[in-house]
Amino acid sequence: MATPVTTADVVAARLTGRRFRPGELAFEAALLAALLVSLLFLIVLLADILATALPVFRQRTLGFISGELSPTADRAGVGTSILGSVTITAGVAVLAFPLGIGTAIYLEEYAPDTRLTRFITTNIRNLAGVPSIVYGILGFAIFVRFISAVGLGGNVNGRNVLAAGFTLAALVLPIVIITASEALRAVPAGIREAGFGVGATRWEVIRHHVLPSAAPGILTGTVLTLARAFGETAPLLLLGAVTGFFTLGADSSIVDRLTSAYTALPVTVFDWSRQPGEDFRALAAAAIVVLLVILLTANSAAIILRNRYERKW
Amino acid sequence: MTTSSTSDLRGDPRRLRRERRLRTLFAGAALASILLSLLIVLSLVGEAWNFLRTVEWASLWSIGWFPRRGVFDLRTIVAATLLTSLIAMIVATPLGLGAAVYLAEYASPRMRRVLKPILEILAGIPSVVVGYFALTWISPNLVQRLLEAQVFNLLAAGIGVGVLVTPLVASVSEDALRAVPRTLREASFGLGARKATTVRKIVLPAAVSGIVASLILGVSRAIGETMVVAMAAGATGGGLLTLNPLEPGITMTAAMASLAIGSDQVAGASNAFQSLFFVGLVLFLITLGLNVVSDRFVRRVRSKY
Repeated sequence: MATPVTTADVVAARLTGRRFRPGELAFEAALLAALLVSLLFLIVLLADILATALPVFRQRTLGFISGELSPTADRAGVGTSILGSVTITAGVAVLAFPLGIGTAIYLEEYAPDTRLTRFITTNIRNLAGVPSIVYGILGFAIFVRFISAVGLGGNVNGRNVLAAGFTLAALVLPIVIITASEALRAVPAGIREAGFGVGATRWEVIRHHVLPSAAPGILTGTVLTLARAFGETAPLLLLGAVTGFFTLGADSSIVDRLTSAYTALPVTVFDWSRQPGEDFRALAAAAIVVLLVILLTANSAAIILRNRYERKW
Repeated sequence: MTTSSTSDLRGDPRRLRRERRLRTLFAGAALASILLSLLIVLSLVGEAWNFLRTVEWASLWSIGWFPRRGVFDLRTIVAATLLTSLIAMIVATPLGLGAAVYLAEYASPRMRRVLKPILEILAGIPSVVVGYFALTWISPNLVQRLLEAQVFNLLAAGIGVGVLVTPLVASVSEDALRAVPRTLREASFGLGARKATTVRKIVLPAAVSGIVASLILGVSRAIGETMVVAMAAGATGGGLLTLNPLEPGITMTAAMASLAIGSDQVAGASNAFQSLFFVGLVLFLITLGLNVVSDRFVRRVRSKY
């Protein structure tokens, strides 16, 4: 016999409504599916590249990582490419960080809210949206000429690591400014006011209170932009990154190395992908694995650092 | 008892001098970004003007893009750029918006911690890697399996660009959705609306400016993307006008990249290399226009809430 149904039960059932609503569920499932398709793409991309690259690492891991560019597939390696990319990225760090963080400090801490300031911020946001190949033109037309003019052109008419470093520094500068500004903005005004209250000048407040508090955020942001510079390809095509093969002179000086021909890891990936034949396809995949390992290590280091030192206000 | 005057309150002149020096230094850094914009325009305009002066106007409206033969049909590269960007947005709009709505409205904090990094990792993958993937996987295993297509085709390139643009669309529109005040949602629930209804009828319309901004930014990024189209769309060196996504084609950025790779042979030979600057200028103006428009939309969101 069924349990007696009271009026209260009926009212309660009406008010709670049906638990199972196909429309609601379908909508949520469709949204989740969008995310899962992205995840699927990521997994297939990584799995496909790893599978193609595996034979190369099986046969000669060390030889591949330390080797030089070569037209014969079983002697080619990414050593010179890694060296070139690391040099360029170091140049980007030296050039873009002081300038970018300085700009962020000015805009967030000093600048009055004038037309000029607003113009500078809008301009920076627009610079961040300029396609990377246009920065390549900037490098080709301005930095290459400048480097030749000051006598550092080497035997490649200025299309060398220095020009690449300048160009990629210009490319990431707006991103450095934007991330550093966000980190500075996250420091509560109370910290600054306390500093001013005890008679510190603006710079003293920035130096001793604002910058230390913002440092984890700035650091993470800048490491992420360095990773972006490390993986950038298009501008380097205009700046003479070597796509054929070449060897560094063993006894060349540092100046020679900085001013002569160079290559970079992403450019090597691009070049090997264009070559006919399965050999070079596997090499390209192996070079991508090296590239992604470097980038993911840098990114996770940055995120771990941020999580350890970040302060919640 | 010592008497104090106003000069005692003025502070140490050395500290004040250092203060002024540093302020000037930082202001100089800020002005460098304006200099950078000027240099970009300067580097584009001079050679682009030289190109326009020397080129035969008829060759800008002819058959295909073959710079080394002096044939610069603008329709060819603009059509290919629009086609790949359209395909990219067809991929990135549902994926990016769906991900954004799920993360902002549905995901529990724990789900968010697991799912959000997918988009962050995807955003960190260099475009040359996606280009390789579009050429060696999307083209043979997706496009060619389902459709009659050539190895190099605009569809695979467009899908690759879409994968690259998805995280950008997702993160900008998620910010817009999060900016919608809680009270609007609660008012909707209070009237008895369900979650999906609230999202569709209340939250999405309230965030529409930011969502439009994210899509415009996505289009701008798709138009300027170089490596994926240079690697997967084929037609390096030149190409014919096509509106068929299953054929190879040459976009504005791919045209620039292929001129850049062969620049040593071309430099000075004819005005082919100068066309690089002209296309660069057009590309710069298009993306600048799109960015300015999207900035307007973002600011509208900010001023509303």
